[in-house]
Amino acid sequence: MDAINSITNAHAEAVLFYLFGGMAALSALLLVLSRNIVRTAVCLLFTLMGVAGLYFLLHAEFLAAVQLVVYAGGTLILIIFGVMLTSKSPFSKFEPKPGEVAVALTVGMVLFGALVLALHSFPFPAASPDVQGKYPLVGLGQALLGDYLIPFEIASVLLLVVMIGAAYLAKGRRHEAEDMKHTTPASKTMRQWS
Amino acid sequence: MSLLAIQVTTIGLHHYLVLGAFLFVCGLMTILLKRNAIGILMGVELVLNAANVNLVAFNYFSYAGTNGAPALNGQIFAVFVIVLAAAEAAVALAIFLNFYNNFTTIDVERASNLKG
Repeated sequence: MDAINSITNAHAEAVLFYLFGGMAALSALLLVLSRNIVRTAVCLLFTLMGVAGLYFLLHAEFLAAVQLVVYAGGTLILIIFGVMLTSKSPFSKFEPKPGEVAVALTVGMVLFGALVLALHSFPFPAASPDVQGKYPLVGLGQALLGDYLIPFEIASVLLLVVMIGAAYLAKGRRHEAEDMKHTTPASKTMRQWS
Repeated sequence: MSLLAIQVTTIGLHHYLVLGAFLFVCGLMTILLKRNAIGILMGVELVLNAANVNLVAFNYFSYAGTNGAPALNGQIFAVFVIVLAAAEAAVALAIFLNFYNNFTTIDVERASNLKG
């Protein structure tokens, strides 16, 4: 009975891996191919959700939740706001040159082939570990406030610095813009902003 | 042929690493191909996600915790990577907004003022 259960579990894990991994890989491929920046953002959303599903499969439930909340809920909304603020029409297209496409394809395929060959030539342990029972959230919190206290504090200071710096950078120089309102084309945008 | 010996039904470390490599290459090609600055930022996010997949997969499959407790180093690294990615996105978007204010576009080809 236990053997049957473990076989079914392994198959369910495989099916879920191919589902989430396929979703992430397919939308990553569409992200490369898409020329529309809004569609690119939607592809990035599906990639992030697929990666969150993979975190669930890897028994990193907290990390999956953080991925959904911070990435899909925070960073991606920020990116979409950036898309909306910086394009006159949301469907602006930027076509790459054929030479750039050739270079990018060559670099990507060579790198992917080299990485896959290197992975297959290295003997990693194949067996799945047995992590029944203990849910590592307690250990995660204790490690963050114990062994990793200094990086944790540095990260919080970094977030404060980033918040102030981003607000300062994005605020723009309105007084200068009003001074040269009649000279530069940028002042037109500044007036729309203020 | 060791290349053909990959298992299909039993998901191991190899599967996650190959998927991470694929996501990394997709992110790199996005960085190389997009001329929209925000598209390049999305490529960077994809590369960071690929690194995160690798970190969490190594954490899960190596399982080198002390006295029965699960190992958590990879997950903590991934948490810090997510925090840094969020901070990086905020600063990058602020810079892009400033760039758009000055040039009325975010085409990276136009950012050539410092070119010699």
